Amino acid sequence: MMPTSDYDPACLPDLLPLYYRRLFPFSQYYRWLSYGGVSKNYFQNREFSFTLKDDIYVRYQSFTTQNELEKEMQKMVPYKIDIGAVYSHRPSQHNAVKSGTFQALEKELVFDIDMTDYDDVRRCCSAADICSKCWTLMTIAIRILDRALREDFGFHHLLWVYSGRRGVHCWVCDDAARKLSVAARSAVAEYLSLIKGGEETVRKVVLSDPIHPFINHSLSVVERYFCQYAIVEQDILGSKESVDKVLALLPEDILSFPVVLSQYHIKKGGQYFDKEIMLQYCYPRLDVNVSKGVNHLLKSPFSIHPKTGRISVPIDLKELNTFDPFEVPTISLICEELERPRADEAEDDDVKDKENEQEAGERHYKRTSLAKYVKVFDRFLEAMARSRKGEMLQKSDLQKDF
Amino acid sequence: MQFPGRRKKLIGSSQNDLYDHCLQFYGQPPLENISLTEFETFAVERLKLLKTVENLGVSCVKNSEQYTKKLDAEISRISEYEKRRKDHISHFILRLAYCQTEDLRRWFIQQEMDLFRYRFNDLHSKHKTDFLHKNNLKYETVSAEEKKSLQDKLIASSYGLSGTKVEEHDVYKVPFQDALDLVRTRKVYLLAGNAYIPHHEIVTIVLNDFRTRLSKALAMTARSLPAVQSDERLQPLLSHLSHAYVGQDYSIQKNIGKISLEQIDALSGKSFPLCMRHLHKALRENHHLRHGGRMQYGLFLKGIGLSLEQALQFWRSEFVKGKVDADKFDKAYAYSVRHMFGKEGKRTDYTPYSCMKVILSNPPSQGDYHGCPFRHSDPELLKQKLQNYKVSPSGTNQILELVKGMHYQLACQKYFELTHNVEDAGFSLNHPNQYFTESQKLLSGGRDIKKEVDMSQRSQENPASVTRPSQANSKQIFLDEIQELSDPS
Repeated sequence: MMPTSDYDPACLPDLLPLYYRRLFPFSQYYRWLSYGGVSKNYFQNREFSFTLKDDIYVRYQSFTTQNELEKEMQKMVPYKIDIGAVYSHRPSQHNAVKSGTFQALEKELVFDIDMTDYDDVRRCCSAADICSKCWTLMTIAIRILDRALREDFGFHHLLWVYSGRRGVHCWVCDDAARKLSVAARSAVAEYLSLIKGGEETVRKVVLSDPIHPFINHSLSVVERYFCQYAIVEQDILGSKESVDKVLALLPEDILSFPVVLSQYHIKKGGQYFDKEIMLQYCYPRLDVNVSKGVNHLLKSPFSIHPKTGRISVPIDLKELNTFDPFEVPTISLICEELERPRADEAEDDDVKDKENEQEAGERHYKRTSLAKYVKVFDRFLEAMARSRKGEMLQKSDLQKDF
Repeated sequence: MQFPGRRKKLIGSSQNDLYDHCLQFYGQPPLENISLTEFETFAVERLKLLKTVENLGVSCVKNSEQYTKKLDAEISRISEYEKRRKDHISHFILRLAYCQTEDLRRWFIQQEMDLFRYRFNDLHSKHKTDFLHKNNLKYETVSAEEKKSLQDKLIASSYGLSGTKVEEHDVYKVPFQDALDLVRTRKVYLLAGNAYIPHHEIVTIVLNDFRTRLSKALAMTARSLPAVQSDERLQPLLSHLSHAYVGQDYSIQKNIGKISLEQIDALSGKSFPLCMRHLHKALRENHHLRHGGRMQYGLFLKGIGLSLEQALQFWRSEFVKGKVDADKFDKAYAYSVRHMFGKEGKRTDYTPYSCMKVILSNPPSQGDYHGCPFRHSDPELLKQKLQNYKVSPSGTNQILELVKGMHYQLACQKYFELTHNVEDAGFSLNHPNQYFTESQKLLSGGRDIKKEVDMSQRSQENPASVTRPSQANSKQIFLDEIQELSDPS
C-alpha cells in the first residue's frame, strides 16, 4: 500500500493553484514542446486536454504562447493534464475548420507500462497497488525498452516519466519518432511485444528457433534480475498455488518423463521453457493501443495524480536502480517546502530576494524536492538542443553556408 | 477513359512496350477508350478476384502451397497481353469505386497487396530483378565487411537464411519505416533504425512501396471523383460496386426495440456466437468490460436491435453492480455508448465488427475478453469451454481440428451446427450478427427449403465465364451480378 498520509485529495483545490503559480516548470515545459521552433506553430497546434474539478473533461485546448499557457492553467486549475497531437490547425479552433481537413499530424511515440497488466504474475499486490517488490518489474521494463528503442530503432531522445501511481511512460521525442505513421507506431509496439494472450491463454510466451537478437538482449536483462525478483521477492516457488502456476506453463508430457528429459529437449527442440517462464513473469507488457494512435492523449509530465498526489516526474536512468516511487514528492510536500524557509537561506537573503523579484514564479521549484527532477528534464532538453544544433550545422555545411 | 488532370502520352509505345511485364505498380492510368460493357465486366471480374483473395486469405495460410494453388486456379486463361490489359484497366476502375471512405480504401489496399504479393512471389528471380529495375527501386546494399560482422545476428533474425546465403547474396539496408511488415513480426534484424533485408525477402519492401503508392493514389482519386460521378452512366455502377465487398454490414438497424433486456441472458446461450456469449458472461461475472470488449459486444448488441436507451440501461445496470457508481458511469462510460450509436464526436455510426475484423485486429491481452475464441483462446481452454456448453466430444474435436487448420470462421459455423442440431448451417459465416440472425431464423421456424435448392444450383455455375450480353440488357445483368457478390447466401 502506498503511504499517502501526507496527502489528502480534499486539499487539491488549495494546493493546485499554488502549484501552477509557483512550482510548475513552465519555461522548460514550453521549451520542450516548441522543439527549438524549427516547425512553425508546433506549440500553437498542440492539443492539451484538461480534467477539471468534478470530473469535467475538456479537449482541444491549445495556446499561442507560454504566457497564455500559464494564465489558462492558473485560471482553470486542471486536476489532470493530458498531451495530445500536433494538429494541422489550432485545436481550439477545430470547429471552424472544414470537416475532414483538421488532422493530427505529429506526436511523440509513447509507451505506457501499467502494473495492473502484470496482475497474473505478481503475488505481492494487485490492481492499483504497487510496492518495492513489484517495482522491479518497471526497472526491467525500462531497461529492455530503452535499449531496444535506442539500439534497434536508432532513437536518441527518450523521456521516461513516473506516472504518479502504478506505472511509467516513455516519450520518444526524436524528430523521426514524431513523424511516424499509425502503421509504423503499431509495428514498433508489436516488435516490442512478447506477451500474447488474455484471460484465456495460460502460456503467454512462445519461443522458437532461431531466437531473434532482440529477444536475447531482453533475456539477458531479465536474467540479471530474475533470481532476486521472482524467487526471492515474489517467492513464486513458495506456495503450492504459485508453483502450480509455473508448472502450468510447461507442456503436459514433460512432467511424466523426467528420465528422458535430455532426449526430450532434442526431440521437441523445446529447450526454451525456462526462458519462456522468465519472460512471462518479467517481460514488459505494453498496451499497443496507447502507442498506435497519433492522436492518443497521454498524461503530461509534471502533472499531478489526483489519487496519490504524486507528481509525474522524469526518471533519471543513471539512477534507475535506486529510483523509489514512494520517494517521489507529492504536491502537498512541495507546497509545504515552498512555505518553509530553508536552512541555508539566511546567508543568501539579499541575493535570493533580488532573484525572487526579478523572476517571480520561475525558480520557486528550486526550493523544493521537485528541483532534482526538473534538472533531469533540463538535461534531456539540453541533449535535444545539442542534437538540433548538430543537424543544422550538418545542413549548412552541405549547403556550404558558413 | 479520361482522368481529369492527368494526360501523359506514352511516346512510341507499341503494344509490346505497354505490357512488357506481367506485373505493374499501376503508376499510369490507361488511356484508351473502352465500351461500357467492358467497363462493367472488367470491374466485376476484378472484384470477384479480390473477393477470392480475401476469402482465401482467411481460410488458408497466405502464400502456402494450398493458397497458391487455389489462387492459380482462379486466374483465367486468356492471352497474356489481354490479361495484362484487363488487369491494368480493371484496377483503375475499382479505384474509382473504392477511394471514397477509409474502410473501402483499407479493404481495397489489403486485397490488392495480397494479390500483388502472390504474383510477385510467382515471378522468376530474373523477372523480380527486372521488375525492380523497371520501376527504379534501388535499395542500399550492405557492404561485405558489415555482412560478415553481423552474420550471426542476420541468421538469427531472418527466416531461411544461412551463412552461405548471406555471403553470396545481397543484403539490403532500408530505414525500418520501409519494412514495417517485417518489423511488426520481428522477422528482420534491426540496428540503429535500419532493417537488414536478405534478398529473398525483398518482396516485403516492394509491398510496402506498393501500399504507400496506392494509398496516395486513392486519396488523389477521391478528390477527382466528383467529376467522374457526374457521368450518369457510371454513377449507379460505381456505387453498387463499393457496396458489394462488404455484403451486409448490419449498420442499418432493423428490429430496433424488438429485443428486451430480460431476453439477453437466454439469447446469449441460444443465439449468440461464442465470442459474444463469452463477452456477455464476463460482463455478468465481473460487472465490467474493458474498452475492446465494450466495443465488440456493444456494437453487436446494437446490431441485434438494442436501442440507445436500452443499451445505456443495460451497461449502467451491470457496471453499477461492480465498482462503478451511477454518477461515474454517466460521466465516463455513457459517453462511449452514445459514441457507438453515432451521437457524439464525429457522429460516425459505427458498424458492428465482422468476423474478419474480430479475428485480425486488436488481439486481446491480459484482462481482455474480446476477440475470437477460436482464434485467441488456448485450445485447452476452448475445449473446456465447449464441454461446459454441452458440445459433444466428437463435435469438440471437429472444432479443434478446424482451429488447428486456422479455419476460425468454419469452426464457429460448426459450433452453430452443433448447438442448433443441424447438419449444415446453410450459410457462410462472416459476421457475428449474421450468426444471430440465422440462429433466430432457424429457431423461429426454419428457412425456405426451395430457396436452398436454388442456391446450390447457382453456385455450381462456372463463375469465371462471363458472357457478353447485348447492349440493351447489359446494365441489368451486370447489376444482378453485383447483387450476387454482396449476398452469397
